[in-house]
Amino acid sequence: MDKDFAARRRRDLIIAAVLTALAALAPLFIKDVYVQNILILTLMYAALSQSWNILSGYCGQISLGHALYFGIGAYTTELLFTKFGVLPWFGMLAGGTVAAAIAMGLGYPFFRLRGHYFVIATIVIAEIGLLLFQNWEWAGAAMGITIPVRGDSWLKFQFMRSKLPYFYFALVLCSLAWFVTWWLEDSKWGFWWRAVKDNPEAAESLGVVVFNSKMGAAAVSAFLVAIGGAFYAQFLAYIDPESVMGFQFSLLMALPAVLGGIGTLWGPVLGAAILIPMTELTRSYIGGSGRGVDLIVYGTLIVLISLALPQGLVSLFSRAKRKGATR
Amino acid sequence: MTAQTIIQSLASGLLMGLLYGLIAVGLALIFGLMDVVNFAHGEFLMIAMYVSFFLFTFFAIDPLLSAPLVAAALFVFGAVVYLLIVRFAMRAKANAGMVQIFSTFGLAIVMRGLAQFFFTPDYRSVPHSWLGGKTISIAGVFLPEPQLMGALVSILAFAGLYFFIHRTDFGRALEATREDPGAVALVGIDKNRVFALGWGLGAALVGLAGAIMASFFYIYPDVGASFALIAYVTVALGGFGSVFGAFAGGIIVGLVEATTALVLPPSLKSVGIYAVYLLVVFIRPRGLFGSM
Repeated sequence: MDKDFAARRRRDLIIAAVLTALAALAPLFIKDVYVQNILILTLMYAALSQSWNILSGYCGQISLGHALYFGIGAYTTELLFTKFGVLPWFGMLAGGTVAAAIAMGLGYPFFRLRGHYFVIATIVIAEIGLLLFQNWEWAGAAMGITIPVRGDSWLKFQFMRSKLPYFYFALVLCSLAWFVTWWLEDSKWGFWWRAVKDNPEAAESLGVVVFNSKMGAAAVSAFLVAIGGAFYAQFLAYIDPESVMGFQFSLLMALPAVLGGIGTLWGPVLGAAILIPMTELTRSYIGGSGRGVDLIVYGTLIVLISLALPQGLVSLFSRAKRKGATR
Repeated sequence: MTAQTIIQSLASGLLMGLLYGLIAVGLALIFGLMDVVNFAHGEFLMIAMYVSFFLFTFFAIDPLLSAPLVAAALFVFGAVVYLLIVRFAMRAKANAGMVQIFSTFGLAIVMRGLAQFFFTPDYRSVPHSWLGGKTISIAGVFLPEPQLMGALVSILAFAGLYFFIHRTDFGRALEATREDPGAVALVGIDKNRVFALGWGLGAALVGLAGAIMASFFYIYPDVGASFALIAYVTVALGGFGSVFGAFAGGIIVGLVEATTALVLPPSLKSVGIYAVYLLVVFIRPRGLFGSM
């Protein structure tokens, strides 16, 4: 059993390394900027979903308010950059730290809430954040912030000539989020989280510090999501509250994990690889008319997959190999 | 800020609050019955508003008269949604909560897309309805008639629902199913039928709210979103599953919103509602009237 688990983990790591290497070579063959753009977004959402999955999938605390951390990451980076000239790299780390601190601060009251009360509290807190930023004059209020062009360099994390640097950063971020998840899965935290998710009372009685393990999950999850927000802000070179803190981000972070397989290592990656290109393609090919066809297609798929495969698409693979056993 | 302004906004807040209660009560009913949150609740409201709008446009039926028709249409719709989607979502053994959330979320996205496709994203309104634009004044306090009618309908609907749950056979079946879905099968109650009727009833209530709102609110595909969040907050504030809690929660939410608008800029009026919600659930994690 233990041997199987160790072998599985080694295999996962090798697959991840091969996939990362292949992805790193992809731009050699894919020159089309439109396709590159889709790849960047796919990697970004895979990273976000992987981070969301730590708190909501592994630890079982379903958050539909992660847009708050995404927006905090974006705003901290850009406010530091435009108001104080702090390089985005430091802004990014600051954003992650602020988001993790907020997540832990919110954890005190929030982690006492169960089920739907918790889900709605997360939606509400993100909505409060959105409203506050929309009314915060110093931070640009509803107009947002346009990020000034300071050149084309890794130092300033701005690239005008090519999208490829963004692609490589997104790839690193995605790999990082995956690796953190992989590493935590087999740590004390990972076991605690699964215990908390399955049965918090039993976990408590067996000595799992339920509250602390939720706090840890929230902090890691928020930190990584905020890095994603900082990246997105630099990538778009423009932010406003709705475009970085809107409810759609909370959903778009959750959906890949839900479709791929919640609380699994590969679910978010698989989900994002299918969902994001599909979203972008439907949007540009049939959504351009503004007639909502993309929403219809997209929504129908969400309903069908969540009903037909409650454990996500990864269950298709594990079912064949291990007779329906889940990790 | 004079006493007059304060009384005026509290009165408007109370009227709005009763309407919030009416929107939320169906959500609370469904949750109390089967522990499921309908994340397409706002879209149910949106559809009801469109039905009312089209009944007015094509058949010249005033929203006030069409309300029972809209409620009936939504009843059927709610029952169908249960039979086609929710019934299957409830069978999920793994990630049950997730499946329920995302299947109803997916439905909400589809409904919004369909509304955009068939009705375009344009803002519509019902012009010259019987009550539209009229106000009455009581002791110097101006009350818009459509909202007043909404408050009246809300009180009647709540009284009707209360009577229905506590005085009819079906209400008793509803209550019994809620308490023990397994045991009711033994006495010959079909659980699926009760749940379908519960969904129908919940949708009919939001249908009533939508019909009333059609006479004073713009109608567009995304109209449900903001009301849905208020409805979830209302229900959670009152305590999930408590029909009475949803009604009381609605009144509180309406009053809090009106009070916030007095002290903060209008764009921040919802912050008061959210803050009160957070405060309440932190003190009582089950909401004001929630049991469990």
